[in-house]
Amino acid sequence: MGEKAIRLKDDLCDLCGTCVAVCPADALELTECRLLIDRARCTLCLNCVYACPFACLEVHDEVPV
Amino acid sequence: MKSRYDVIVVGAGPAGSTAARFAAMGGASVLLVEKDREVGIPVRCAEGVGEKGLRQVVEPQERWIDRVIKGAYLYAPNGVRVCLETNDIGYVLNRKTFDYDLARLAAAAGAQVLTKAYVTGLLMHDGVVSGVYLNHLGQTLSVQSAIVIGADGVESKVGRWAGLRTHVSLHDIESCAQVTASNVDIEDTHCHFFFGRQVAPGGYAWVFPKGNGVANIGLGVSGDCARTKPAWAYLEEFLARRFPRVSVLTTVAGGVPVARPLRRLVANGLMLVGDAARQANPVSGGGIVSGMIAAKIAGQVAARAVQEGDVSEQRLREYPVLWHRQEGRAHERFYKLKEAIWRLTDEDLDRTAEAYLRTPEERRSLLNLFATALVNQPKLILEAAKVFV
Repeated sequence: MGEKAIRLKDDLCDLCGTCVAVCPADALELTECRLLIDRARCTLCLNCVYACPFACLEVHDEVPV
Repeated sequence: MKSRYDVIVVGAGPAGSTAARFAAMGGASVLLVEKDREVGIPVRCAEGVGEKGLRQVVEPQERWIDRVIKGAYLYAPNGVRVCLETNDIGYVLNRKTFDYDLARLAAAAGAQVLTKAYVTGLLMHDGVVSGVYLNHLGQTLSVQSAIVIGADGVESKVGRWAGLRTHVSLHDIESCAQVTASNVDIEDTHCHFFFGRQVAPGGYAWVFPKGNGVANIGLGVSGDCARTKPAWAYLEEFLARRFPRVSVLTTVAGGVPVARPLRRLVANGLMLVGDAARQANPVSGGGIVSGMIAAKIAGQVAARAVQEGDVSEQRLREYPVLWHRQEGRAHERFYKLKEAIWRLTDEDLDRTAEAYLRTPEERRSLLNLFATALVNQPKLILEAAKVFV
């Protein structure tokens, strides 16, 4: 078991930016072609997971390298 | 492209293009940047606007309008339908053409428009925003400006970079999914709104006709209520139940802030407009016209501030003051109404629809409908009376 982190299911993301708006930690950014997740800033509040219209964000266990 | 402008507008949606146009008309040199490859695409919007509001900012053109709308049908959870005819004509827009033309109007006023230009950060000088970092076709550029106007939508970063608190609570976001579909069998002279916990908890579903059997069919679910089931799952169920025979031409997701107005809309050298400033109407979620009205004021104030050589937060505060007078006060009231409406149960909504249909036709109005819904909350009826004159 590793640490928990937010993961994006890339093929489902519609690049709508709803998750960015509800992130209180400023850990998400939507560029012209992808969603960036700054894991160092993420507090795992899960707002983004709940707000995503396509449910394309999820929590998973990071496997330590 | 020059290395310095008076005003840089980030985002070429309706608010951004309007801010750019009015800043340029006021004599400012303006750069309008858009991250996507084309202005107007993708469309993340139900595309409904009121004619009166739109006319405050721009003369409506026939090619922007897919369908003229005479009124609305509201469906209670039990299926009882209420018709609302208003004296304001509605339009279901073609946002692709609309957005494109608004950017073109900004360019005609003198603004330079640049697509495929993604802003990665703000240039700061002594605590004052002084331009942007830009990725454009593989190059990273820094472009200076006296003022940056953030019109970068619901996913806005511009305000956060300048230290403004633009984060939206889960309670105040509508998580939305929409399809544009053909073979939609519904009266296409009206917009249709469906309420109820099964349809869209903390929000509603809509059908906005675009003519020839095509319509935007979508829904918004309050972020609070989307914890257990995403908006898309609600929409799939709604389509299967109500419109099993439609063909889906386009599918989009989106977020609509239905929040109180932001405390701060400006900082030194920076202004926010549109969805970036959380200016959508908290009851309807409509944000095109409200964003454009704010953007017109912001563009005009920006041009004057540049001319005076003072882009301090204090000087730029003229924009939120004027906006508050014109739109913000009503926005506060709409927020209170939203909070009250979303507390209503399905039974309350059923009762409201039935009671409303018992009122004599000549007394029926949007205000009367709200008064029926909020019958136990006289203070809120007064608030409603101030926004539905």
